[in-house]
Amino acid sequence: MKKQSIDSISARPKPWYDPRIRALFFQVVTLGVVFWAGWVLIDNTLSNMQSRGISTGFGFLDETAGFGIIMHLVPFDATMSYGRTFWVGLTNTLLVSAMGVVAATIIGFLVGVARLSSNWLVAKIALVYIEVIRNIPLLLQIFFWYFAVLASLPAPRQSVEVGGAFFLNNRGLYLPGPVTQDGFGLVWGALLVAIAAVFGLRSWTKKRQKASGQLFPTVKVSIAILVLLPLIAFFLAGQPLEWDLPALKGFNFGGGISLIPELAALWVALSLYTASFIAEIVRSGILAVSKGQTEASKALGLPNGLTLRLIIIPQAMRVIIPPLTSQYLNLVKNSSLATAIGYPDLVSVFMGTTLNQTGQAVEVVAITMGVYLTISLLISLLMNLYNRAVEIKER
Amino acid sequence: MMQHSESVETQAENKPGIIRVESMHKWYGDFHVLKDLNLAVDQGERIVICGPSGSGKSTFIRCINRLEEHQQGKIIVDDVELTDDVRHIDSVRREVGMVFQHFNLFPHLTVLENCCLSPIWVRKLPRREAEAAAMEYLERVKIPDQAAKYPGQLSGGQQQRVAIARALCMKPKIMLFDEPTSALDPEMIKEVLDVMIELAGSGMTMICVTHEMGFAKTVADRVIFMDEGEIVEEAPPTEFFSNPREPRTQKFLQQILQH
Amino acid sequence: MTESTIKPPKKNLGPVKWMRTHLFSSWYNSLLTLVVGYLLLTSVGPLVSWVFLDATFEGSGPGDCLGEGACWLFVSQRLNFFIYGFYPDELQWRVDIMFGLLALAFVPQFIEGFPARKWLGIFGMSGLPIIGYVLIPGGILGLEEVESSKWGGLMLTLILAYIGILASLPIGILLAIGRRSDMPIIRGLCVVFIEVWRAVPLITVLFMASVMLPLFLPEGVSFEKLVRALIGITLWQSAYMAEVIRGGLQAIPRGQYEAANALGLGYWRKMGLVILPQALKLVIPGIVNTFISLFKDTTLVLIIGLFDILGAVQSTIADPAWQNVAIEGYVFVAFCFWVFCFGISRYSQNLERKLDTGHKT
Repeated sequence: MKKQSIDSISARPKPWYDPRIRALFFQVVTLGVVFWAGWVLIDNTLSNMQSRGISTGFGFLDETAGFGIIMHLVPFDATMSYGRTFWVGLTNTLLVSAMGVVAATIIGFLVGVARLSSNWLVAKIALVYIEVIRNIPLLLQIFFWYFAVLASLPAPRQSVEVGGAFFLNNRGLYLPGPVTQDGFGLVWGALLVAIAAVFGLRSWTKKRQKASGQLFPTVKVSIAILVLLPLIAFFLAGQPLEWDLPALKGFNFGGGISLIPELAALWVALSLYTASFIAEIVRSGILAVSKGQTEASKALGLPNGLTLRLIIIPQAMRVIIPPLTSQYLNLVKNSSLATAIGYPDLVSVFMGTTLNQTGQAVEVVAITMGVYLTISLLISLLMNLYNRAVEIKER
Repeated sequence: MMQHSESVETQAENKPGIIRVESMHKWYGDFHVLKDLNLAVDQGERIVICGPSGSGKSTFIRCINRLEEHQQGKIIVDDVELTDDVRHIDSVRREVGMVFQHFNLFPHLTVLENCCLSPIWVRKLPRREAEAAAMEYLERVKIPDQAAKYPGQLSGGQQQRVAIARALCMKPKIMLFDEPTSALDPEMIKEVLDVMIELAGSGMTMICVTHEMGFAKTVADRVIFMDEGEIVEEAPPTEFFSNPREPRTQKFLQQILQH
Repeated sequence: MTESTIKPPKKNLGPVKWMRTHLFSSWYNSLLTLVVGYLLLTSVGPLVSWVFLDATFEGSGPGDCLGEGACWLFVSQRLNFFIYGFYPDELQWRVDIMFGLLALAFVPQFIEGFPARKWLGIFGMSGLPIIGYVLIPGGILGLEEVESSKWGGLMLTLILAYIGILASLPIGILLAIGRRSDMPIIRGLCVVFIEVWRAVPLITVLFMASVMLPLFLPEGVSFEKLVRALIGITLWQSAYMAEVIRGGLQAIPRGQYEAANALGLGYWRKMGLVILPQALKLVIPGIVNTFISLFKDTTLVLIIGLFDILGAVQSTIADPAWQNVAIEGYVFVAFCFWVFCFGISRYSQNLERKLDTGHKT
């Protein structure tokens, strides 16, 4: 009697009581539902497309686009293919993203540090900036800069002018473009030499410190080398650089470098908006370094400047970098708001015009989303590598 | 400053009054944390400060290297008075080492880098020399083999010993210990106390805030009992433990020795 | 304590001393203060006179806006459109009731110790959407039907954000649990879902919802534009929600899972009775923060042709009857959003601080 009951307990459970089998069953069912739903969607889509006469496949990428794009970094005209419009859009997206990342980082770090300033006025202004900008939708800010600020600028003939070289009007911002002359190679060469010299200097100061303990103002000297050497080369070579000044031609400006108003508005709005988030990240990163660290550093006799440089910043950067990258990602994604003011970014050109003309929604949406997914995965990957490199070792 | 450190070399062994605190007061807002403290510590003396929590003992020793500011009275460390003058504060901190309750090691630097940081940047020692000195001190606290590890990879007791070595690397004249064993598991307390006892044997001037009464008995020249921001009693350990005068001291000793 | 009659030496906290420590502590601080102060003074004056002193507040039409200042008349004249869109005037009481109920359910959440606060919140998350579903579109219970194409303005913005959050919460919870599941296939599906939606911009999702959704559905079935936008927003938002909730689940110590297991609770009981109540409470500030960003992001629907508050203002600015009112319009919308978002973010910061201290003790 007793033996039997023990046997029945120790025997394998009925399959539907075995957690492993349950889990397997559950997963198979889920997978089945997902596949079934996918199949239904694909089936519906195919029959819908057939009845609407939409073709499938990626053949459309080779067809002639037939529309112009106001700004392109790669050569483009209306006779080129839809595939080419993709590259134009992608490069424009990457351009405004890169410009935004640089500007937002600079503004964000400045404002974040200003927020912790001992100067009451500066700290309060930084606070107001952060709280105002980040609580207003980005799209509204883009509209504000584009429709309210840039549109109220004067026409090209009445441009705001600085020294006959910089012009600002409702068609955009015009800057002098540098044109390098023959001897400019010397300047590039000098720059390379300067960079090499800085590396040399760094290893020399390290060695010298090891041997004698003397510290050397590496940073200041490095900056001096980097600036002075190319400058000397520049004058030695007879100033081989000319500026192509923008000038009024007909109704608009030609020559120089121009920034179309769509790009300018998007850039300003994206940078200011993202900077307000970065500022908070920087502030909380610095505050995240515990008070004990500062105390220990002070107790060891390190003065404030060195405490900041050797103890606080290296630790704060580890806290700052991960959320900072996700802000960069957000900026790249937010650059797609370009479509609302007609800056020809990927979404505007490809998902907008190209999709409208070809009607091949599935392919176009898939490609566009694929691009953003790739950018995002790439940045996450770099992020993880970086994190692993600087990770604070613990047990 | 140079002049100052030269004079140290030629000093007599037991310089009287290396730390002098004279009618010192401190407030947090309106709260009177330290009331009229007076203390003179000679070179080579070992002082243990004890008292119930919130009695102001940690605040007191943190005033000695100006991690906290006092508002009234004088603190003179090695002939330098602590005022708002940054140069005074810097020179005092150079001569005074401190060990914290929560170690406060720098988690982004290895053990060796933690130890070398200040000698290199403040004392301006060559790295090789600084590293050699650091290894010597790490050997003295018995963890030379952990030098390449990060603080997070060590046990609490090991971390605290690194913290002691880090402070010693600055070759301080005075060591302050702020409850160095309070955050440790019982089995690790002894390894830290052993290092401290060894240090006391070498003639270092030490001020320790601690509840380790055994340590006080074996090492201290004087025990100071603080309560509610005041120094209540001050006596050699034998007298302090066997024959406390003040009722507050008696009550405190009863509570602490029951365990 | 009683004998401590000595007071700290009085720090002279007069205005001069205050300015010296806070504004002029060093030469570069003084310079900074002077430069910033000068810029501030020169910009605040014109700003104040534009907003208040020279502004036009009253009048009957565009012709009255003659002054140098802002034309707030534009906002007050078109306010009805900015709030209700094309919702018929005589039926706007239905929207007003919803506004009132929303306020009743959620405003008390900001007030410490308001009676029945919790129940009002639960009502806001469960009963209120049903009432709204009956009241706003109508067509049943003898209420006259109002097509969704007539909805607009602030009302539409609130509908999008409210439904977006409400619908994404349960999906987000399931995804978060799925992502922490032991079952590799379930986990994989959840990870892919979450990461894909989080990687793409909302605009692409809205485009997808408006152009691809009709292709996915069997012939004869179609959704209104608003519903398509809502589906897109919900899917996208649920991925963000899942990540917030996952953060809460991770913060629950292992011991809680073990204790629940030791009590013999099954998986769903363990999750529903022990883990989720704690985790959700922890992530309320996070949920509030995602709500704020969703609230701001709802403006993107104007790109696919819905008239939210920004869309309504944007279309009115183009009205030739009114000249140069773009800045006024944008300032008005910005102010509306700012009041909402700033207020809510303050609330979530307070909550965070409270939860923070609660954990340390």
